[in-house]
Amino acid sequence: MMDGMDDESEVLNCGTGTQKDGRSETVDLTDNSLIVDISDALSEKDKVKFTVHTKTTLPDFQKSDFTVVRQHEEFVWLHDRFEENEEYSGYVIPPAPPRPDFDASREKLQKLGEGEGTFTKEEYIKMKQELEAEYLATFKKTVAMHEVFLCRLAAHPVFRNDHNFRVFLEYDQDLAVRSKNKMEVVEGFMKSLTKGTDELLLSATVKDHNEFFEQQKNFLIEYHNHLKEATAKADRMTARHKDVADNFVKLSMTLTQMATTEHSDLEKFLTKVADTFEKVRKTEARVASDEDLKLSDTLRYYMRDTFAAKRLLYKRLRCLSNYEAANRNLEKARAKNKDIVAAETAQQMACEKFEQMSEKGKEELVDFKARRVAAFRKNLVDLAELEIKHAKTEVQILKSCIASLKNEE
Amino acid sequence: MTTLPPLLDNNDTDDENSDLFASAVEGIRDSLPTLQLSMDTAGPLLSPVEDEVVTTPPSTIPYHSVSKPSGRSDEQYLNVKITDVQRCGDGMGAYMVYKVETVSSLPQFKKESCVLRRFSDFLGLHDRLVEKHLRTGRIIPPAPEKSVIGMTKLKMGGQHTEQSSNFDFIEKRKLSLERYIQRTADHPVLGVDSEFREFLQNETELPKATNTSALSGAGMMRLFNKVGETVNKITYRMDENDTWFEEKTQEIECLENNLRKLACNMDNLVHARKDLAAYTGALARTTAMISNCEEHRLLALALVHLNELLEKIETVRHEQANSDFSYLSEFLKDYMALIGAVKNVFHERVKVYQNWQHSQLMLNKKREYKAKMDLANRADKGNFAGNEIVEWEAKVERCEEEFNNISQMIKKEMELFEENRVFEFKGIFINYLEMQMKHQLQLIGYWEAFLPEAKAIA
Repeated sequence: MMDGMDDESEVLNCGTGTQKDGRSETVDLTDNSLIVDISDALSEKDKVKFTVHTKTTLPDFQKSDFTVVRQHEEFVWLHDRFEENEEYSGYVIPPAPPRPDFDASREKLQKLGEGEGTFTKEEYIKMKQELEAEYLATFKKTVAMHEVFLCRLAAHPVFRNDHNFRVFLEYDQDLAVRSKNKMEVVEGFMKSLTKGTDELLLSATVKDHNEFFEQQKNFLIEYHNHLKEATAKADRMTARHKDVADNFVKLSMTLTQMATTEHSDLEKFLTKVADTFEKVRKTEARVASDEDLKLSDTLRYYMRDTFAAKRLLYKRLRCLSNYEAANRNLEKARAKNKDIVAAETAQQMACEKFEQMSEKGKEELVDFKARRVAAFRKNLVDLAELEIKHAKTEVQILKSCIASLKNEE
Repeated sequence: MTTLPPLLDNNDTDDENSDLFASAVEGIRDSLPTLQLSMDTAGPLLSPVEDEVVTTPPSTIPYHSVSKPSGRSDEQYLNVKITDVQRCGDGMGAYMVYKVETVSSLPQFKKESCVLRRFSDFLGLHDRLVEKHLRTGRIIPPAPEKSVIGMTKLKMGGQHTEQSSNFDFIEKRKLSLERYIQRTADHPVLGVDSEFREFLQNETELPKATNTSALSGAGMMRLFNKVGETVNKITYRMDENDTWFEEKTQEIECLENNLRKLACNMDNLVHARKDLAAYTGALARTTAMISNCEEHRLLALALVHLNELLEKIETVRHEQANSDFSYLSEFLKDYMALIGAVKNVFHERVKVYQNWQHSQLMLNKKREYKAKMDLANRADKGNFAGNEIVEWEAKVERCEEEFNNISQMIKKEMELFEENRVFEFKGIFINYLEMQMKHQLQLIGYWEAFLPEAKAIA
């Protein structure tokens, strides 16, 4: 619970920037507090249940403190509602949290179970502990991602008032969101395909004279691709780093085994080396998980965030195209001298909408940049500090080991 | 036997085997206690009382890779280095020539010498040493394996390709040859053997060792012999009367298993580290791309630094993989081969035992036969059998003596082997841990340099 609060304030700090900390009880009228966190999560067979806890002073809610249980699909549902809502087309919609994925851990655990005979008992226990720790870490990460999503919505001046969001937070029954069936998946795929072509078409046909957006578009496309690549690479790197750490488990076990068959003072010597390898393993594993947390996850989050920003640009272009269509309609109407008024109002509305959207979009993109820079700064600094800390621990371990080994001679 | 000249002056004679053998047993027996002490306190303990010891320096200097041990006193050293590798010839006929440099203070050696040797010369040396000394129960340091694939690749690669894999191959082979030669040099008897001396000092080319080639007829013969021996090893079980050997055999078996496991783990680690380095490099390249298109100036700058940092980390991780490999993996492989040599010696003893038992059996048969003849009153045949019995009795005696000698020698050799092993294991692990520490210190330096850059983002 406290952790959740801390996390949230973090998000807020590196978050929207325009938004003040919701909790401050100032006289500011607009500043009603809405705090969301995930206080608990439960992993069942193939789904995870999150307990979403809300604390609020907003009058629109019936209570000021309440919890509901939500599943991942419901988070996705919520995200899709935002995505679909025309009103929000000028905003960067916070990316939906990724699907909880424990397959890798489970698979490894299963493999370990199958290969049980090939390990010694201690080896098996150690490997199992290792895997459980990994599982727990993945679990925590999943929870954190879901929480970040809600927190960003809660901190947003417009999104926080969304009806669906409130339902999501308040309605204490199941939202009856089921995961998509096959038809819908295909449909969704077709939709994304048409969306994709539409996007291409739009970018080819609609000329955008706004330099800011043009530049943003180029930037975001390129940036997104590079981030995607970097995320994949970083993931592979951390996975491999974990392998390195795992190898130390086996090394240490073999050395211990070897020590037991030695008669000379090599027995003590090798036991010490084995202990050291075990300690080295722990720090290496920590380095791996911190790199994962601070580097890969930052890259991953901003990859998704840039995607959301790209969506904003696409929607704006869509809007621009509508505006241009309205213009053409108006001209046609004038030429035919028919329905001019209707066309004029339509054109005006489209124009207004587009203008509004451009303005909002610009704000959001600037905001996005600030958020990104702050997050990168924080995480890179954290990463560097953690790396230094771990490397120093390892040096200490090795140093004391070498000293004690040399003393013995 | 006590009046023999010091063991090394003249051991080219034919009967040297027995001489060498006898004196070496003493030599080792005498030198062992000294060894233990001299590990800490160096030279002075080598009192000149035992003349053998002086000539055969307490060759515990185990191994060059370990920081100079104090076993051999300062004036007594025999160090061999391979300083250069050259390529001779072209195509499949090409071969590598290794420049072997020796520096020594031992009276049997020139102060400095330098010879050119082919890989097959190294193998030939090993074969000759085996021929000469295995029967007496010496553990002969094994020569590196022939690598047909590696060599062929090298030959096909042509003169100009300085590919890194070829370079690695040559470098690795050079180091393993060096370790092999140094191990031989460090042995109290093998180190001063006439064959070995000739190998190190005779500046002319050695007679070509034809039977070392993997594909030659001799190679095939060797293969057959090996198969035969293996079958023999599997099928013949001697009833062990000596508990020492029973235990040792088990210990060696156990050690070998553990070493194999450890080597396998090490290989995996090296592999994982190499991959890790490669992925770090890939990540570094993508961060460079990100920094290229990042519009925030300071963040872009920090990403440039991150790219540089990751590249440095990539190098560190490569070095880690290399030190894992060259410190531990190679060492473990060497030891597995050494254990093979130990097993060979054990097996040699079994063979001698077999011989002995066979002679005993024959003797018994002859005796029975004679008794039968005597009973049948056939004096002529009885006398003949009597002569044979005398012959066989002598043979049994010889075999028994040989068996006792080899058993004793193996015990001595094993003591030396264990002594060296403990010393080397310690050295190698300490070295390895120190390398690890060095790498971590490097990492600290790199990250500390990066920290202010990250903080500068605003």
